[in-house]
Amino acid sequence: MSLFDLRLSEVHDRLHHKEISVADLVEESLARIGETDGNIQAFLTVDEEGARKQAAELDSSDGERGLLFGLPAGIKDNIVTEGLRTTCASRFLANYVPIYDATVVDKLRRAQSVTIGKLNMDEFAMGGSNENSAFHPTRNPWDPERVPGGSSGGSAAAVAAGQVYFALGSDTGGSIRQPAAYCGVVGLKPTYGLVSRFGLVAFASSLDQIGPLTKNVEDAAYVLQAIAGHDPRDSTSASVDIPDYLSALTGDVKGLRIGVPKEYMGEGIDPQVKERVLEALRTFEAMGAVWEEISLPHSEYAVATYYLLASSEASSNLARFDGVRYGVRAENPANLLELYRRSRSEGFGPEVKRRIMLGTYALSSGYYDAYYKKAQQVRTLIKRDFDQAFGKYDLIVSPTAPTTAFKIGEQVDDPLTMYLNDICTIPINLAGVPAISIPCGLAGGLPVGLQLVGKPFDERTVLRAAHAYEAQTEHHKLRPTL
Amino acid sequence: MSILAPYETVIGLEVHVELHTKSKIFCGCSTSFGAPPNTHTCPVCLGHPGVLPVLNRQAVEYAMKAAMALNCEIAEWCKFDRKNYFYPDLPKAYQISQYDQPIGSRGWIEIEVDGVRKRIGITRLHLEEDAGKLTHAGGGLGSLADYNRVGTPLIEIVSEPDIRSPEEAKAYLEKLRAIMQYCDVSDVKMEEGSLRCDANISLRPRGQKEFGTRAELKNMNSFRGVQRGLEYEQIRQAEILESGGEVVQETRRWDEAQGKTVSMRGKEEAHDYRYFPDPDLVRLHIDEEWKARVRASIPELPDARQQRYTQQYGLSSYDAGVLTASIRLADLFEESLKYTSDAKASANWIMGDLLGYLNANNLELDDVKITGQGLGEMIGLIEKGTISSKIAKTVFKTMLETGKSPQAIVEEQGLVQISDESAIVAIVDAVIAANPQSVEDYRGGKEKALGFLVGQIMRETKGKANPGLVNKLLLERLKA
Repeated sequence: MSLFDLRLSEVHDRLHHKEISVADLVEESLARIGETDGNIQAFLTVDEEGARKQAAELDSSDGERGLLFGLPAGIKDNIVTEGLRTTCASRFLANYVPIYDATVVDKLRRAQSVTIGKLNMDEFAMGGSNENSAFHPTRNPWDPERVPGGSSGGSAAAVAAGQVYFALGSDTGGSIRQPAAYCGVVGLKPTYGLVSRFGLVAFASSLDQIGPLTKNVEDAAYVLQAIAGHDPRDSTSASVDIPDYLSALTGDVKGLRIGVPKEYMGEGIDPQVKERVLEALRTFEAMGAVWEEISLPHSEYAVATYYLLASSEASSNLARFDGVRYGVRAENPANLLELYRRSRSEGFGPEVKRRIMLGTYALSSGYYDAYYKKAQQVRTLIKRDFDQAFGKYDLIVSPTAPTTAFKIGEQVDDPLTMYLNDICTIPINLAGVPAISIPCGLAGGLPVGLQLVGKPFDERTVLRAAHAYEAQTEHHKLRPTL
Repeated sequence: MSILAPYETVIGLEVHVELHTKSKIFCGCSTSFGAPPNTHTCPVCLGHPGVLPVLNRQAVEYAMKAAMALNCEIAEWCKFDRKNYFYPDLPKAYQISQYDQPIGSRGWIEIEVDGVRKRIGITRLHLEEDAGKLTHAGGGLGSLADYNRVGTPLIEIVSEPDIRSPEEAKAYLEKLRAIMQYCDVSDVKMEEGSLRCDANISLRPRGQKEFGTRAELKNMNSFRGVQRGLEYEQIRQAEILESGGEVVQETRRWDEAQGKTVSMRGKEEAHDYRYFPDPDLVRLHIDEEWKARVRASIPELPDARQQRYTQQYGLSSYDAGVLTASIRLADLFEESLKYTSDAKASANWIMGDLLGYLNANNLELDDVKITGQGLGEMIGLIEKGTISSKIAKTVFKTMLETGKSPQAIVEEQGLVQISDESAIVAIVDAVIAANPQSVEDYRGGKEKALGFLVGQIMRETKGKANPGLVNKLLLERLKA
């Protein structure tokens, strides 16, 4: 059994009693990466030297220990790490070494986890399969023929393959939850504004959130505890008191009111996936929760709304990659315009180009009202759907994704089908509310994810319900055979 | 008849003013001018991946203060937008600005041209960030980018098309500069770029209501440049219209060296900036309490001060206007009045000798060392008869150059006026004796001869003889 299968408190006990050292944990991580990553390809950069140095420092330190003391962590490669290459899985930033740390990276350092390396993703977080990585696709540990999901596919695969104890991902339209579902791990997207975005390379600023990917709900609560909180460097980070998430894990869901939106259980949802979700609802019932079908009527417009808003923001956010100060610069351009054109043509992959064009178009004079502005209005309606539902229910439950992991190459030429993988997750980002994906069994031998959605800043209820469910089931203990 | 006679000129100005906050608008870097290239930068203003802007409240307060001083309404809520365009001086490839919800709107200021006062409307005042500076190196070395200025807070002040002549445009700009200076929100130096001005100008037949087609004028880097550029442009447009042509809507650049405007780009080449609300910044709320606090910090403004000078000191409106056009001048004037009660004398010295000296030597007030105390005390010395007005001119110039007190200058240079009658009489007698022809001429009715004799006496005394006494004693002797 891997050290990474131990509960966090157990790992800390063993460290405390000097049965194991941080170096042991780091060596286990590096060894596991050595054994499996030739196949999985979850990592873009492994910082062996840095990780061993950190481990030695932690092993020789005394004094109070951080919340995540000694735990090997992988970080999605769109979260900047000072001195450690950060590529966003883009050719454009293939050699970019950041000059500062993201706030979450500062926070992990204070919590004393050990950064093992940087994880693969879809280029600039645009995609749901990791096939849009400019370097290589990551493979699903459950079936190497299949995608791990995306865009935080490297993060989910690394946790599922036991390469790290936990990972950080980012979620703009489902990019933590969908790969968590495909890889059979826990993925939490916090409320917009709970975790600082400073140092997260922006895809769509009004939707992006950083969150943890872990093997169980308790670990997710630990990591969230370490990374949540107001950041004066992020104007959109909320000034809220951070509650104790661990004390929420009581196992008690008696009287919990659950709404199940029919729009998330209908057409396009694989029957086996639907069946796993219904089983989960019966488990909740058995624990004393109540559920009923509800409607979130504007959800059907969510995907269209999302692709307009996210692409609009992205077209502006990615404009700074112009070849002037860092990243790819075209050789011998004839003039300024050619410098821009060629640098960006060479540096960006097809999906990134597609979204930049889509967003540029949506913001153009004459189209703004019909697209961007209209999409903002629909976003307000979608948010209102959730507000109304949460007037009556504590939690909204749905599948995380309509299907299990699909085959590599299967959807790569069909972006519209690819976009529909996110129908259950996108509305949550548009509403800005928190959601978690937890394993709820297998379909055809592949993991299925259950999505639990909460009220804004009510991560405690989300975690409590997820944890109670997990305690009643064995799904989260299933491991892929590698 | 002027070619302009059948037309009315319509001008609107867009003025950018750099706010002199200590740090930049969205990061903590210094805004000070003249540092080595790229030393006042950080990941945020360099637009590195992952950075986020945080609004500097001081910049907001300066913008509010400026807007209030321009009689604008202050928005209770406003937001920031992204103005998207690629240029190497703009690291994020968008400028954070305010598109449809400016901090201030619907203001006005008053200008005076040829004794006529007129109100010019202010459409809006908004807050935004400055770009960097490119230097195009010769010899195929390409362009050098300095990002020190990136993120310096700017306000853009857009006037209504209420301006009717280049003179009015200059008066508007001068008044705007004075108000910004009084509010102490900017250095407002056109030469250093802390005040920049673009203009929209069009002509229409007198009596016509609709505006003509306008040209946008850029690159006018001095007050004189603004006036000259507009003067050139109104004649260019009049010539087109007179010859039956049509003015093309375009952006034109003022070429100071050639003294003309040249086309930069046409309407169809205009940028589509794709403005949209910046999702990295939250909406800005300005409550009544904040407004009241900022309003209380606004000092007496130029118009009020001008009026006070006419009432309190009996100055003409024109003189009061000249003195109050610059707060430094007005402060110097008021400081001098602590040491003399002769406000008119002080005003005359400032407007005559001081401004004359500055203009002749192309200097700013900061470049000379005179103090209000020195000026006031010097006027006191004249009143007491210690020095003559003529000697005072020498003393004043020395004060400008050295900053020494008038007493010290008078003592060091031995400039004390000779008011001893017996001493002067002796010289008068000597001059009369030496110039019999002039004495005869005067007595024969040639008044001019008197001036010559006075001049001779002053020369003998190196200008120190009390001129009143000289006149009196000379006339006594000549009439004897």
